Amino acid sequence: MVHLTIDDKPVEVNEGRSLLEACREYGIHIPTLCYHPALEPYGACRLCVVEVSLGGRKPRLVASCVYPCEEGAQVKTNSEMVIRSRRITAELILAGSYHTPEMLALGEELGVKEVRFKLVEENACVLCGLCVRACKEIVGVSAISVIQRGIQKKVSTPFEVTSSRCIGCGTCVLICPTGAFKFESVAGFQYISPSKSAYQLGYYRLGSELNLHPNYVENVSALLMKPKDKDAAYEG
Amino acid sequence: MNRMQTATKFQNWQHALTSGWDDTKPCLRVCDGTGCRALGSQKVLTALRDEIHQAKLDTRIEVVGTGCPGFCEYGPLITVYPERISYQKIKLSDVHEIVTQTLVEGKIIDRLIYTDPQTGAHVHHEPDLPFYQKQKRLVLDLNGRIDPTKIEDYIALGGYSSLVKAITTMQPEQIIVEIKASGLRGRGGAGFSTGLKWELCRNNVLQVGEGYIICNADEGDPGAFMDRSVVEGNPHSVIEGMIIGAYAMGVHQGFVYIRAEYPLAVENLRIAIRQAEAANLLGKDILGTGFDFQLSVRLGAGAFVCGEETALMASIEGRIGEPRPRPPYPAQAGLWGKPTNINNVKTWAAVPIIIKQGAEWYAGIGTEKSKGTLIFSVVGKINNTGLVEVPMGISLRQLIFDIGGGIPKGKAFKAAQIGGPSGGCLPAEHLDVPIDYESLTALGAIVGSGGLVVADEDTCMVDFARYFMNFTQEESCGKCVPCRLGTKAMLATLERICAGEGQPGDIEYLLELAESVKNSSLCALGQTAPNPVLTTIRYFREEYEAHIFDKRCPAKVCKGLITYSIIAENCSGCMVCLRECTSNAITGTKRQVHSINPELCSRCGVCMNVCKFEAVAVN
Amino acid sequence: MQISISEINEIINKEALSDGSLIAALEEIQERFRYLPPEALILASERLGVPLSQTYAVATFYNAFSLNPKGKHCLHVCMGTACHVRGSPQVLDRLESKLAVKAGETTRDHLFTLETVNCLGACALGPIVVTDGEYSGQMTTQKVDQLLRTILRAEAKP
Repeated sequence: MVHLTIDDKPVEVNEGRSLLEACREYGIHIPTLCYHPALEPYGACRLCVVEVSLGGRKPRLVASCVYPCEEGAQVKTNSEMVIRSRRITAELILAGSYHTPEMLALGEELGVKEVRFKLVEENACVLCGLCVRACKEIVGVSAISVIQRGIQKKVSTPFEVTSSRCIGCGTCVLICPTGAFKFESVAGFQYISPSKSAYQLGYYRLGSELNLHPNYVENVSALLMKPKDKDAAYEG
Repeated sequence: MNRMQTATKFQNWQHALTSGWDDTKPCLRVCDGTGCRALGSQKVLTALRDEIHQAKLDTRIEVVGTGCPGFCEYGPLITVYPERISYQKIKLSDVHEIVTQTLVEGKIIDRLIYTDPQTGAHVHHEPDLPFYQKQKRLVLDLNGRIDPTKIEDYIALGGYSSLVKAITTMQPEQIIVEIKASGLRGRGGAGFSTGLKWELCRNNVLQVGEGYIICNADEGDPGAFMDRSVVEGNPHSVIEGMIIGAYAMGVHQGFVYIRAEYPLAVENLRIAIRQAEAANLLGKDILGTGFDFQLSVRLGAGAFVCGEETALMASIEGRIGEPRPRPPYPAQAGLWGKPTNINNVKTWAAVPIIIKQGAEWYAGIGTEKSKGTLIFSVVGKINNTGLVEVPMGISLRQLIFDIGGGIPKGKAFKAAQIGGPSGGCLPAEHLDVPIDYESLTALGAIVGSGGLVVADEDTCMVDFARYFMNFTQEESCGKCVPCRLGTKAMLATLERICAGEGQPGDIEYLLELAESVKNSSLCALGQTAPNPVLTTIRYFREEYEAHIFDKRCPAKVCKGLITYSIIAENCSGCMVCLRECTSNAITGTKRQVHSINPELCSRCGVCMNVCKFEAVAVN
Repeated sequence: MQISISEINEIINKEALSDGSLIAALEEIQERFRYLPPEALILASERLGVPLSQTYAVATFYNAFSLNPKGKHCLHVCMGTACHVRGSPQVLDRLESKLAVKAGETTRDHLFTLETVNCLGACALGPIVVTDGEYSGQMTTQKVDQLLRTILRAEAKP
């Protein structure tokens, strides 16, 4: 067992747990975006940062989803530094997705007042990588990957054409936190295409009555609907 | 070349080579590093060899192409042995004279000799050059003396004797104790205790049963070419250091990860590896001791982020160069999940020196916490651009003025950027800072890998910061939000400021972003990317304010805030600028005063460059 | 350029003998054909047991790789700090306007590819332009014009 302090409270967890898992065990809320219990932690969104100090050293921010619980660590989950960092991170996510409802809600939760910088092109995809990781780790197909580098990064199939490996399981659509994927029907076959146009269009929602978060979808076939009118997609 | 079956056989061979090495023999040593090659050293070498052949002197005089001796501003360089006469800025047309005058008649050609700009004195001999006086050349010692493609040269001057000492008389744990005692710290920039790092790796290797060592030669800092010059000029020093390290940590496979943009370094490294293998100094059963170590070369593919150790390992594994969160550290789980030790080129190259001279000797150089020497590539607005090696603790002032020769054209020193895009700038008020890890960190800069860029009064510090932010933003892998979007937001703000569209609150916004990017980025690229911005705001805030509030660029650099105009009294109406202008912004006829249309002018500055009458002004 | 599948296979097989050498295989193919044909990515994926999505990600991540054929002459302008301070932006501007392409692009006649490089490490001679592997130091806008004239003259010869 490992003993540490979280928010001045002594805590005891099994070996090998991450700080995020420990916090969840003790009911401490940590915002996340790229984390999913069924996948290897990725550490990319940086929303789950917490302050850690070990052996009296200067506290620093670490991503709780990947940082292990260390004996004697002092952890703060809502210090000034943590709150400021999460707010700016949320603001930066909104820089690329300023019309996406889920991200706007996240921003509000984390205290974003104004989005001071906006990218020229908006995109519902926040590059959390859940779709890619799920396709690789859970489905085992690796039909999609994150291509290019830096600000040009995007999720795509090889050569940006329909994937021949995709098995149409819909995991990527289910796991996406913002609904940036869409289904298309072609000649009687349904296939998933994270096509260029979907990302250029930005945000597409399948249906307001459906909650796309994992564990809420009972029937996968309910998702296989015809796309609505393109123009109706933008919520302004 | 013979395979050295035992250490004794090697020592005999070394003894023979050392006895055969004769510095009193006539020889021409020509710098053939990438820098001098770009100035035509290869043609000079060919011409020299031809001339010497013509004059039937080949049996008496040797011509050797060496690695970079560091005095790059004055290249191409030739040192004439045995007197060690230093000839500089050699042109092809000088070759004939060098052979007939100096080699045949023993006369010195004055125009090729260094003239001290301060005193006007001629300096004939290489060791007397002011450039070298305050340096302490340990790692760079053999650059400029040996032919990097001949292992015999390296061995003749003592090479691989440290390996013999380590592998036949020392235990692995002893070697690690020695490295720890020397105080050697990682020369890649982080400055972590090398001995401690080796110890951590060794402990894990003993548990797991295998591991790897890697040499990080992915020198990506713009303005840095130290690592390149070490690998080009003395690749065996790196190889020897790595074999010793492998033995100390108990690993049997190593990689040198080197930029593909360094073809000469790659070639010389590959030649060196082949020669070391042929001599049984590398590979299976090294010198008959039973110790195996294989070294492979892996090329980078054009990604600065792959200089970060976890991204580097991802690249070797054939994946995209995205850093991984640490812990676990490479010493615990690195390449293919096994314990891995990664060190910079200069760190590995220092190992044979420490083993040979002893930890105490090495720890006698430098300051209390920063031991040994540092190699800097000194570039930018400086007279003696080049490669220098100095003891830790030397002041910035000595480095820039005594060794670097000061600022060209009598301009005033403004700032020195140390550590490349991850580093910070130091202004004139800190010229007396001792250069060591702790002192620089306290001032917001870092030692980094050793790139030092000098800025003068004509450099705009906001543009300077913008340049570095542009670089880091382009090189960001894009995995984490703070770096991918935060550097973009910072860059966009800096670009607006440089374009004259800065707004009140921009400085505060930059500082806010900088704090977040620094604290919450996944890897060192993002964590250090804000440093240039932070230090330029700290030391040159008034320049930012001039751009934002006065819409003025004090250094007259930012295109959006300057105008070019013709000074009527000086203009002769020669129409040269008119022809050169790609924006058709200049009007005028022959012998009439010209004028520049500010609407069309792209501020490229060509007109100013070509005007022989100093008739173009910048405001 | 004709794409030889057998040649591609040969390169890949050679690299397949060493572990995790996808990047080394792609580098050789890039050097040989001056770009990465789709066939190369597919064959490399199959032979090295790497998902095509990973190979494609690698091909688009690193600057050394291009998915489109490069021009006959590759001009690399060093944008390192030392060169920047000595005026490389002017040199780049001149090349961009004379060739009518932006950095990273190839001219329509496929004669020139203009690219920027982050520090070649020959800083004493900045600004530097590397043309097909040959270094030209201390470049100015006039020297740029000269350089282009020399190449075009050589091209015009029968």
